[in-house]
Amino acid sequence: MNALTPSNGGCRTAPVLKERGQREVFCGLTGIIWLHRKMQDAFFLVVGSRTCAHLLQSAAGVMIFAEPRFGTAILEETDLAGMKDAQVEIDREVARLLERRPDIRQLFLVGSCPSEVIKIDLAKAAERLSQIHAPHVRVLNYSGSGIETTFTEGEDACLACMVPVLKTTEARELLVVGALPDVVEDQMLSLLADMGVGPVRLLPARRIDDTTAVGPNTVFALVQPFLGETHAALQRRGARHLAAPFPFGDEGTTAWLRAIATEFGVSDATFDAVTAAPRARAQKAIAQAAEVLRGKSVFFFPDSQLEIPLARFLTRECGMTAIEVGSPYIHDALHGPDLDLLPAGPQISEGQDVDKQLDRARAARPDLTICGLGLANPLEAEGLSTKWAIELVFTPVHFYEQAGDLAGLFSRPLRRKAVLHLEAAE
Amino acid sequence: MKLTVWTYEGPPHVGAMRVATAMKGLHYVLHAPQGDTYADLLFTMIERRNHRPPVTYTTFQARDLGTDTASLFKTSCQDAVDRFKPEAIIVGASCTAELIQDDPAGLSEIMGLTIPVIPLELPSYSRKENFGADETFYQIVKALSKPQERTARLTCNILGPTALGFRARDDVEEITGLLSDLGVDVNVVAPLGATPSDIARLPAAHFNVLLSPETGEAAARWLEKNHNQPFTKIVPIGVGATRDFIAEIGTITGQKMKIDESRLRMPWWSRSVDSTYLTGKRVFIFGDGTHVAAHARIARDEMGFEVVGIGCYNREMARPVRALAKSYGLEALITDDYLEVEAAIAALSPEMILGTQMERHIGKRLGIPCAVISAPVHVQDFPARYSPQVGFEGANVIFDTLIHPLVMGLEEHLLTMFRDDFEFHDDAGASHHGGKAKAKVEAVIEEPAAPTDDNIIWLSDAEKELKKIPFFVRGKARRNTETYAAEKGLNQISLDTLYEAKAHYAR
Repeated sequence: MNALTPSNGGCRTAPVLKERGQREVFCGLTGIIWLHRKMQDAFFLVVGSRTCAHLLQSAAGVMIFAEPRFGTAILEETDLAGMKDAQVEIDREVARLLERRPDIRQLFLVGSCPSEVIKIDLAKAAERLSQIHAPHVRVLNYSGSGIETTFTEGEDACLACMVPVLKTTEARELLVVGALPDVVEDQMLSLLADMGVGPVRLLPARRIDDTTAVGPNTVFALVQPFLGETHAALQRRGARHLAAPFPFGDEGTTAWLRAIATEFGVSDATFDAVTAAPRARAQKAIAQAAEVLRGKSVFFFPDSQLEIPLARFLTRECGMTAIEVGSPYIHDALHGPDLDLLPAGPQISEGQDVDKQLDRARAARPDLTICGLGLANPLEAEGLSTKWAIELVFTPVHFYEQAGDLAGLFSRPLRRKAVLHLEAAE
Repeated sequence: MKLTVWTYEGPPHVGAMRVATAMKGLHYVLHAPQGDTYADLLFTMIERRNHRPPVTYTTFQARDLGTDTASLFKTSCQDAVDRFKPEAIIVGASCTAELIQDDPAGLSEIMGLTIPVIPLELPSYSRKENFGADETFYQIVKALSKPQERTARLTCNILGPTALGFRARDDVEEITGLLSDLGVDVNVVAPLGATPSDIARLPAAHFNVLLSPETGEAAARWLEKNHNQPFTKIVPIGVGATRDFIAEIGTITGQKMKIDESRLRMPWWSRSVDSTYLTGKRVFIFGDGTHVAAHARIARDEMGFEVVGIGCYNREMARPVRALAKSYGLEALITDDYLEVEAAIAALSPEMILGTQMERHIGKRLGIPCAVISAPVHVQDFPARYSPQVGFEGANVIFDTLIHPLVMGLEEHLLTMFRDDFEFHDDAGASHHGGKAKAKVEAVIEEPAAPTDDNIIWLSDAEKELKKIPFFVRGKARRNTETYAAEKGLNQISLDTLYEAKAHYAR
């Protein structure tokens, strides 16, 4: 309980509707689309099927044709029949790849549904390849398969696989965890530096480095709400998590920074001096977009695990009412602080049975529905306004300077609906 | 294992989705893990469909694998039938479900459903999207079509158009109009827009028009064999092919075909003097076999281009495309590896590419204009306007499509004459394309140019002169000069060599 607690209580103890059925979500491989841009010396090699390659090509909506730093080693019939040794095949493809791309310093072997089902041991492959290609290339493995990961959990699995190989440190350091666009990351680092918090380490780092280390005196903050496995892996290395709401909007950013400031003994005066100007800018920018959003209802289909923090932002800072907030998974340690702040009322749901959820959305007729690309146009055709959830993951939305843009992503579909006049004048 | 970056075709179950999504009253129950639902967005986003594809995914997860994925399949199947009330369902497995061997065919058979259940066997690890669509449509036709009397009037079916097809929507409309002009009614179009009960009526038609061999040929062959329906072998893309197609219908029906060609503008557009500049443009053609074959004929015989490369990505069409290439004095490139296609284009340095969205990107990288003539598709390939490829209007549309990427007529000459103008120069690009005109950057060539070949060196005077040649013919000039030098056994190219080569290749 603190000053921010909603008067009608939050949602942390609200009953959760748990559903199990058809899920209209991407698998964890999708994370490669932003991770390969974030880590500029990394290559992601999916060991999978033609479906995996087709997903990666289609998920971003367009082909990013600038020589991508990802590819799929497509399993063929001879691989399945055991006529070829998968480990030998992987060695050959990796050798060929590294020869062609000498700029690659870290290689991720990424497991898929088929490679998991036929039990190709990618951990063994990564270990062997690391020895072969050391010290120039570090080879790690994780699974982005749909049978184990949902959309953003792919980033979680990737970061979690990096934790055990981070160097050990005894230093008291802040580790910020989660991939952010470079421009946003720079803003965050500058805010922390101005408060005198440091040194700040990043996971993932833009390039492979020795400065990101972890140990018993490390405290870590998460900037993405989908990093449950990474959270657990860091705790196993002795690091301590600073629980906080996620840095979306003015309130979320302030609360997130406050948790760090308190931990590092930053004075209130310093905190206010550093945050006052960007806070004012964020409030102003949010207010403009919120004019369109105030009093409107919103319905979240589960997609990226960003749903709970974003519902908190939309209800508290933009004046919206949440009808249902669906998340693929809810982790109390990560989502609890945001659930505390989310005013009671909405149905909180975990998992999905898409046809049943569509029935609920149709019955509720929300003013704005946040959903995946497969559902957006069909719902628009039924007269509902939608926002594609994937844009929330692909757009810079964190921290003060992006708070207005974040609100704008939600207001744009409603503004568009208002400006289009396609009927006859009479 | 084979490393793939971009693919021309998706897996075969996406082909089955293209058939299911094209149809009405049919539902597809797909045994698949979480994540395979990505394929829905191909239809809702790229094609802007306003309905979800009629597909139920069983969405199994790792924890289900040790237990009972089979009952998950049965529950999903029953739920789908209860909720969507389809006239028939198709059932199958995606790549991962194929590995766990739950046998959706057998499972659905014992469920006692009262509607037809059509099982699909689509080998995910050896076949691809076009095969999946062709096989699915064939299985549906085989299962549902019923023997019956022919219609009293002369009718045909149009076979092959699917969801996500390249201009399928407009091609169906155009060919329906063409057939109507010829006095032939359309009995059923399938799969696009057909219900399972429409499929049952297929054998009532007198013959079949195979609009898209990639996705309809197996069904057409089966109907020919079992219901004695001949099918057309010519796909009417291009002026000549359309005229041949009309003649083919005359042969099949035994009737004299008369057609009004007043809407056909393409032949005059091609003969008119502004088109002279198209003569001998070197083009590289790549896509699906059907569109490539049609465009090879259009390029050479109807546009007056020189075809310098032909290839396709679907192996099912390898044989006819190889034979076609041979008749053009070329060797066909049959591959689904875009890096190979890129290397072939770079080596041939054509003046234009007729290709897919993949070649459009390759062209962008190599600075070669590209017109898109074939799937795989992109949101741009679903224009709001009417834009068919087949028939006479299709021929008109293709003429526009092929000249749009090029620098046109007099502009080409002006660029050649005033190539040193500070605004109107090479790098400015064609004036009818968007983008801000770039100011000319004076290149300073001090060091001797690097050798471009193992043996041949461009001297700096010649290199400078080459840079003065407009960008859209520079590649050809460089190539011709190097070939000429090699033939003459020269290891240096001087200004004189450049102009000797120009005279040698003059036409």
